[in-house]
Amino acid sequence: MAILELENVHSYYGHIHALKGVSLIVEEGEIVTLIGANGAGKSTTLKTISGLLRPREGHIRLNGEDLSAYKAHDIVSKGVVQVPEGRRVFGRLTVTENLEMGAYTRSNASETAQAVERVFHLFPRLKERHNQLAGTLSGGEQQMLATGRALMAYPKVLLLDEPSMGLAPVLVDSIFDTIKQLHREGTTILLVEQNARMALQIADRGYVLQTGQVVLNDSAQNLRQNETVQKAYLGIS
Amino acid sequence: MNKKTSFNWLGAIQIGLIGGVVALLVSLIGMVEEFSQRDIISGVITMGQTLIVIAILMAGYFAASRAAGEAATMRAISGALAGLVASALLTGLVVIIPPLNLRSIFPNASPALINILTFNQETVVGILYLLITGAVVGTLGGLIDILPAQIRRSVVLALFWVGLLGLLQELIRVTLTNMPQVGAALKWMFGSRGLSIPGAVAVFIVVAGGNYLWAARGGQVQDRFRALPPTQRRASQWGGALVVIAVLLYLPRILGPYLSEVANIVGLFILAGLGLNIVVGFAGLLDLGYVAFYAIGAYVMGVLTTNAIGQNAGQIVFGPEFSFWQALPIAVGAAVLFGVLLGIPVLKMRGDYLAIVTLGFGEIIRILALSDFLKPYIGGSQGIVEVGQGEIGNFVFGTPQTLYYMIFAACLLAVFISWRLRDSRPGRAWKALREDEDVAQAMGINLVATKLLAFATGAAFSGLSGAIFASKVGSIYPHSFNLLFSINVLALIIIGGMGSLPGVFVGALILAGLPELLREFAEYRLLMYGALLIVMMLTRPEGFWPEATHRRELHEEFGAEGEPRAEIVKTPGGAR
Ligand SMILES: Nc1ncnc2c1ncn2[C@@H]1O[C@H](COP(=O)(O)OP(=O)(O)OP(=O)(O)O)[C@@H](O)[C@H]1O
Ligand SMILES: [Mg+2]
Repeated sequence: MAILELENVHSYYGHIHALKGVSLIVEEGEIVTLIGANGAGKSTTLKTISGLLRPREGHIRLNGEDLSAYKAHDIVSKGVVQVPEGRRVFGRLTVTENLEMGAYTRSNASETAQAVERVFHLFPRLKERHNQLAGTLSGGEQQMLATGRALMAYPKVLLLDEPSMGLAPVLVDSIFDTIKQLHREGTTILLVEQNARMALQIADRGYVLQTGQVVLNDSAQNLRQNETVQKAYLGIS
Repeated sequence: MNKKTSFNWLGAIQIGLIGGVVALLVSLIGMVEEFSQRDIISGVITMGQTLIVIAILMAGYFAASRAAGEAATMRAISGALAGLVASALLTGLVVIIPPLNLRSIFPNASPALINILTFNQETVVGILYLLITGAVVGTLGGLIDILPAQIRRSVVLALFWVGLLGLLQELIRVTLTNMPQVGAALKWMFGSRGLSIPGAVAVFIVVAGGNYLWAARGGQVQDRFRALPPTQRRASQWGGALVVIAVLLYLPRILGPYLSEVANIVGLFILAGLGLNIVVGFAGLLDLGYVAFYAIGAYVMGVLTTNAIGQNAGQIVFGPEFSFWQALPIAVGAAVLFGVLLGIPVLKMRGDYLAIVTLGFGEIIRILALSDFLKPYIGGSQGIVEVGQGEIGNFVFGTPQTLYYMIFAACLLAVFISWRLRDSRPGRAWKALREDEDVAQAMGINLVATKLLAFATGAAFSGLSGAIFASKVGSIYPHSFNLLFSINVLALIIIGGMGSLPGVFVGALILAGLPELLREFAEYRLLMYGALLIVMMLTRPEGFWPEATHRRELHEEFGAEGEPRAEIVKTPGGAR
């Protein structure tokens, strides 16, 4: 049984029909990537999974259990945690305080301290700046913080929305290294990326989204060889 | 270009004009005359004159600091020039009032005002005095700017304290009569209408000297305190808190009935402020209808305890005649219930929209209280009289001095609850909610429960405050529960510092205490709020006693690379 399964999901923003029957499967321990042009519905898919948006039709299942009855905060405590698009950190709180917020669903103090240490281990840069206000971090550091904060809840499924957006190539590499590291530690990851080349390198499988629909779905290797993908997303003609 | 010609005369004149306009304004709206009944330093300077002196002093100060980089004499001269210009404007006022019959437009442009401005001299001599005084005060302002930073801070603080003690001298004297020994020892400090000259000098020296020494040595003391082992530190903090509580418990004896009443009014505002501080300060939900819960607490207390029932005795047809203590939990419960009921429809609203809707809710409650429809039950515009009083055995909470203890206990409880909530899970959830609602949700925070808890706790404190208020004044009328109450409470937490517990106390003392103590202020209450808020937003946007997070936001101490960025502002008393 897949850890996460979407079946014919339709989502709306008011009258705008953003997802038109998306179905996808993520197996335990996999990295699955979702690629597509701007406005294809990638972020919408993640928001729908994490409960910030309710699907009007279709089912989302976590380990076979239908999530439609749950609120966003329940879904977090079930182990599905999203890193929102665009580095939404709590700007007026310090790095450490931001991380502690991430452990909101686990109230135990010693567990929290341990989780902070783990994040600092993954992102040594954050450790150097633990007392700095998150709003004054550089863009890349804020991305690390947003990711680290999501890890504080020890997610079973991590939903990453464009972790490489706006980062210098070196930082992109290091973010992707971290994702691989998390993957090795057993976290299941659904990765939304504009940087399709990098995404398809670390992913096991991938889905291509176009105007709210899945148009392609294959192993990452096959997608890399696929002509349409090469043309549209990898810039190879 | 030659440096001399680049000197900024125009700048000094400009600032002088601004200072002059401020002085004109306070004169023409009547503040100067109204405030002249009280001396700051007996026989030397009245409160009204102080207002003008402050305006000119500031003009001199800013003119001098605008000329920064020039020689000290040039800066002093800039100050003098600005002072001269400002007083020249006042001179103009003195000259044009009689021929133009300005009084038909400005009722306060009276002969008394002219007398104050001309030092009770003949017009020509008076004008000369006024101009000379203006120049001298402007120069003094300039000199303050020239002083080294630390001395300047001490001098300004000392001037502030002289002013404050002069303002409050009547109260201090009343208080001292309740402590004969201390009173006799301090008698020399006060003249017939204000501080005596030696008293003022003594205050100035003690405050300035004390502040200067503390600035030089205080760091060491603080370091030594920090170096104490945590257990000892905690013990001394608790010890300090206990001393404060003991003093507060003894306070009504010293204060006497009138000042105890003032303390009670401040206390009720503190209680309401603590509640709104949770809603606005902790959770960031801007609630402008806060008076609703205060009204509900008061009305429930009134209806349940009054024994003025029936056509002849009172206005309302039904009342269970409960005791105060039976009614109190019901009143608080009703406020909480309405807090939640209001909370549910506005769950999805943010910022301005939330403010408008809550504003409407507050008005609805007031209009309902006034309505004929509910008149048989809550009295309509005639209100409810003979509200019950709390008693324990033979002890009746009826006089200001006894009610003080009830209000004190309520505040203590509210502070304790606020403090515990702030440092626990709900507090963290509120903080996240205040910072970013969407991300808070993505962190697994239950938005509905978190918001409703904030509304409910805030309403509980406000309802408690209203219930005690009803019992204190004994009768309640709809007009006590207007929008101004919500604004007062909101202003007091802004001035104290959003989300800060000590800030609520400071804000309530300034906004609720001062107007009660000084009847002159009461008339200019709204003007004072406005002026105070503007000055604060410019100089101390985080409030007088801010919470750590908020202060950090407004005065970022470290930039992205870890080096100091904006100016580092030290606030007395430390964080929280
Ligand atoms: N809050 C919203 N209200 C209305 N429409 C929205 C909202 N958010 C997204 N949309 C619309 O839904 C569609 C899908 O948006 P989505 O954010 O999922 O795109 P995306 O694939 O993540 O794009 P990008 O790569 O640019 O982030 C777009 O047409 C967008 O305009
Ligand atoms: Mg997106």
